[in-house]
Amino acid sequence: MSHPPERIERHTLSILVDNEPGVLARVIGLFSGRGYNIDSLTVSEVSHERHLSRITIVTTGTPMVIEQIRNQLDRLVPIHRVRDLTVEAASVERELAMVKVRGTGDARSEALRLAEAFRARVIDATTESFVFEITGKSDKIDQFAVLMVPLGLVEVSRTGVVAISRGPEAM
Amino acid sequence: MSKDMTGAEMVIQALADQGVEHLFGYPGGAVLPIYDALFHQNSIEHILVRHEQAAVHAAEGYARSSGKVGVVLVTSGPGATNAVTGLTDALMDSIPLVCITGQVPTHLIGNDAFQECDTVGITRPCTKHNYLVRDVKDLARVLHEAFYVAQNGRPGPVVVDIPKDVQFALGSYVGPENIEHKTYKPKLRGDADRIEAALDMIARARRPIFYTGGGVINAGPKASSALRDLARLTGVPVTSTLMGLGAFPAASRQWLGMLGMHGTYEANMAMHGCDLMVCIGARFDDRITGRIDAFSPESKKIHIDIDPSSINKNVKVDLPIIGDCAHVLEAMVRGWREGGRSTDGEAMDVWWRQIDRWRARNCLAYRASDTVIKPQYAIERLYAATCDKDVYISTEVGQHQMWAAQFFRFEEPNRWLTSGGLGTMGYGLPAAIGAQIAHPDALCVDIAGEASILMNMQEMSTAIQFDLPVKIFILNNRYMGMVRQWQELLHGGRYSHSYSEALPDFVKLAEAYGGVGMRCDKPGDLDAAIAEMIAVKRPVIFDCIVDQQENCFPMIPSGRAHNEMILGDMAVDLDEAITDEGKMLV
Repeated sequence: MSHPPERIERHTLSILVDNEPGVLARVIGLFSGRGYNIDSLTVSEVSHERHLSRITIVTTGTPMVIEQIRNQLDRLVPIHRVRDLTVEAASVERELAMVKVRGTGDARSEALRLAEAFRARVIDATTESFVFEITGKSDKIDQFAVLMVPLGLVEVSRTGVVAISRGPEAM
Repeated sequence: MSKDMTGAEMVIQALADQGVEHLFGYPGGAVLPIYDALFHQNSIEHILVRHEQAAVHAAEGYARSSGKVGVVLVTSGPGATNAVTGLTDALMDSIPLVCITGQVPTHLIGNDAFQECDTVGITRPCTKHNYLVRDVKDLARVLHEAFYVAQNGRPGPVVVDIPKDVQFALGSYVGPENIEHKTYKPKLRGDADRIEAALDMIARARRPIFYTGGGVINAGPKASSALRDLARLTGVPVTSTLMGLGAFPAASRQWLGMLGMHGTYEANMAMHGCDLMVCIGARFDDRITGRIDAFSPESKKIHIDIDPSSINKNVKVDLPIIGDCAHVLEAMVRGWREGGRSTDGEAMDVWWRQIDRWRARNCLAYRASDTVIKPQYAIERLYAATCDKDVYISTEVGQHQMWAAQFFRFEEPNRWLTSGGLGTMGYGLPAAIGAQIAHPDALCVDIAGEASILMNMQEMSTAIQFDLPVKIFILNNRYMGMVRQWQELLHGGRYSHSYSEALPDFVKLAEAYGGVGMRCDKPGDLDAAIAEMIAVKRPVIFDCIVDQQENCFPMIPSGRAHNEMILGDMAVDLDEAITDEGKMLV
């Protein structure tokens, strides 16, 4: 039997959870146990008084799988709310990366010029290296990292995507 | 009102406040304080099992047959890991359980201490929720929450892991009254507009069917009662999954029998040919749908389920209704009565005539014998001898389970205890013990296979100790029958390791435990032997020697559609019946 290939979509999910031990393991275990993709994941406490953490997950799958992921997350006991920012609201996404480039001479000055063009900041420097801090959409960071390869890219550390809906409403 | 007590005393107090009367467990180092607290009270009866897996299955049988939460108490390390199979079973079949596990003292956690394991880590994927209670001040709240989570929404098992120092620690107890869960609030009532839309669809349908599942049982007797009302009012035929048997009475003319891989011809053909499918508390499991892209191609589908994640998981539906089956079905009955709707009488006549033609195929027919006991005949005779009694049937897993589902006829919910989702051999005896604890005067029979029963045979000791007159009715074909059947169908009859070698003498085994052993191998002796088994008010192992070669039909071969099922009297090359892709499936 052959099925027509289904459309694969990329979705950004925002998940508000009780900040309790094991909650991240529950979310990640759900993805690994059911074979869902995680392209990016970030998590941090967002309200100390209310013990709330926010998880942002970027995932890919068919529309049916994305709906499943949402519903599976929603029924985990310590989860307050799940929002699919890709379909439910216009949203903004950002990622931060630190990019280390090693080199001297022309390559070094070219790296610095490109960094300016991308509005990356130098946050560490030696005579033979820079660490740039760059913020933006993921594809901008991808592009920056690609450009740095011939100029002496040695290491990249990225936060993963954080996202929030546009406009005055909270999730 | 809060009151100071130790953590161990809180456990007992919380169980008592939750109305718990029975507890299935096994002691060990990390739960000694709780066992000490048990020693000082009389309100909760502790049932000592012989293996922790059986404690969980017994609690499942108790829960499934009574509608209450089943409660388990086991120690840390191996106590918890032995419970894992039972917890997974309860998760797959949506059985409400609270399992309390002991844990090494908090200062030793993570030290690889004696009998330490990461219980919450291990049980995270096989529970609905779990807790590690590190501070006694959280304990009472967590215990009450555990009961709330276990039984609200889609039911399931909840583990509460309690380190030993927390059991000794003093704290203040709070009762269940003031516990409100801050995040978990499942939706019970279905959307009114959707219920109206569903009723319109039923009224317009020409070939409707109700496909019901374990969710109707879980939603309580009201759900079964409303299902019966709705079926009677609309005249729609009803089929059910393995887990839902008993929600609709087998005696009704509208009952088509079980559907799915070993379901009836009429149920599967009606599922395939319907133009409206109303799925009520079932989940389009692979045993039900067969080949998914050929599943009921012409129907609109309505899906009623309390768990939103069941919707559109395997099969895309046209109208989902999220809610508890009892609430939704009652609303549908009210809506049907008040809305003055009716089904299309002429279309329904045509549909029923078609169903009757499928029925006439007599798909469960088997070749009778007067020399060897056919397993189907054994179930039929057991049914005939017990149908007028207050009877609870549990099963192990395999051919005997399917024959029991096909040939034992259930009129009421909560009477049928079987491991559906996980398919756990060894489930039936402890489940029968749990049912017998909940219903001391009822007849509790475990329909077993000779291979499955050996997986939790040790529970005969539990039955003897607590004077539980459970009956173990073994269909002994000296094979792991379903394995053998698949090897015959898929692997050229190479019966690799599926022969039951070196079986014990079950009669002597029963006697060795202190029970009663019986054996029967002649069809002519069967009725008298079954009558004797029922008359004995002690645990019985009934070794029913049956035909070794019998296969379980009808069968939808893996990878095939509902209308491609094999019947017992069809001369088909079974090897041909299953595609290469089908062979990859389980």
